[in-house]
Amino acid sequence: MMKNTALAAIHQSLNAKMAPFAGYNMPIQYSGIIEEHKTVRNQVGIFDVSHMGEFFVKGPDALDLIQRITTNDASTLYIGQVQYSCMTNERGGIIDDLLVYRLDLEIYMLVVNASNIEKDWNWLVDNNHKNAELVDRSDELSLISVQGPYAVDTLQRLTSYQLNLIPYYHFRELMLNGIPGMIVSNTGYTGAGGFELYVPNHSAVALWKAIMTAGSSYHIQPIGLGARDTLRLEMGYCLYGNDIDDHATPLEAGLGWITKFNKVFNGKEVLQEQKMAGAKLKLVGIRMKERGIPRYGYRILNTDGEPIGAITSGTQSPTLKTGIALGYVAADAAATGTNVLVDIRGQLLSACVSKMPFVQSQIK
Amino acid sequence: MNYPEHLFYTQDHEWISFEQDHALIGITDFAQKELGDIVYVDIPSLDKIIAKEAIFGTVEAVKTVSDLFMPVNGKVIAINPLLETNPELVNQDPYGSWMIKVLVTSASDRESLLNAEQYQALIVSNPSSH
Repeated sequence: MMKNTALAAIHQSLNAKMAPFAGYNMPIQYSGIIEEHKTVRNQVGIFDVSHMGEFFVKGPDALDLIQRITTNDASTLYIGQVQYSCMTNERGGIIDDLLVYRLDLEIYMLVVNASNIEKDWNWLVDNNHKNAELVDRSDELSLISVQGPYAVDTLQRLTSYQLNLIPYYHFRELMLNGIPGMIVSNTGYTGAGGFELYVPNHSAVALWKAIMTAGSSYHIQPIGLGARDTLRLEMGYCLYGNDIDDHATPLEAGLGWITKFNKVFNGKEVLQEQKMAGAKLKLVGIRMKERGIPRYGYRILNTDGEPIGAITSGTQSPTLKTGIALGYVAADAAATGTNVLVDIRGQLLSACVSKMPFVQSQIK
Repeated sequence: MNYPEHLFYTQDHEWISFEQDHALIGITDFAQKELGDIVYVDIPSLDKIIAKEAIFGTVEAVKTVSDLFMPVNGKVIAINPLLETNPELVNQDPYGSWMIKVLVTSASDRESLLNAEQYQALIVSNPSSH
């Protein structure tokens, strides 16, 4: 059965184009992907991303469980800090990518992809050999993301807390729009800067409306998942299910920087071997040199016409007005600047391996 | 949504306008809304004779790509030069933004096309991804 977020009536009133995503009926676009994309890069946009899952892990064994199931080193987190991480299986394949929040000495929040909520929960329960307390609050919490150069100015009107004191990948629990203890997190998936707000469902509609009013002088607009995808692609951020999945390892996916071998975790041995031998495939950025849009599943070939990989997600970059993509290629073709061809419905078009982000991040 | 009476339509959401000695072909308001922001209109079929229901080009939106199908048998005699640099015109004015100009080679083709009323009924009965 298709789930609705607490903001479904708002999307309907805004005449959003809705589509199923990970079991939720989600807004794909409002005014149009390109206009929404530009709004986030230049002004400020508001997203309903309540489909994301939130698990709470508590107690003296919480850290031990998180350390074993994730690749990054959660022991370095202090209260108020956020960490990007991966859950890996015994083969080193990525079960999910996630954010780990340290809320208190022995309380953590894991924010996971909507499509993986059930799989991740089962994995957490199966690995809970000691006795950490686990709570799934995905169905009680909404997540509103406010992104763009005017995101801080917009939200500042709703709280007395000085928001620019919260650094990137940090959060505070504070009073905002009269709601006490809201997790206000300087994170996002756009490269435009801004905050993500974790709010109880019953306060979500009022909060959305207050943000829309607060941002009206900055021309705030609602942004759908379509523009969320083009924004994250310009940054080269992975999307689970496209660019990473159970068969890809963090080392192949360019996530070596969140894979820490100074601790024990599921799949560590396999990944350590892969690191020694070198990954055979690498996730890279692909930038078209000719007119054409690289899309999921299209073949990547070397300049001799031999297949070397495939596109995992791609689009027309609204900022660059060029086709950009992520895709896996053979390691010997993964160097920035390597010329490749993309098979766009039978036409072999020139492209090259590009440095990421494709567009400069606006995060200060 | 808007479906002018003087046009004919296909099940694949193209429109065709029969002028005196040629026809103009484009995509419908429904089609442009479904596709979203259009970034390329790619038509490699200039001067070619294309059979009815065969592909005469593709239209690329940010989110997706879609083939364009011939509503009639005909020879492509012109491509709208405005769409090369301003493909978004198709979103803004789908019926003003013809994609190809065609010499229709068989007059009987017209019979299997939909009129505005029939096309509208098709959209209502099959709202696709909406």
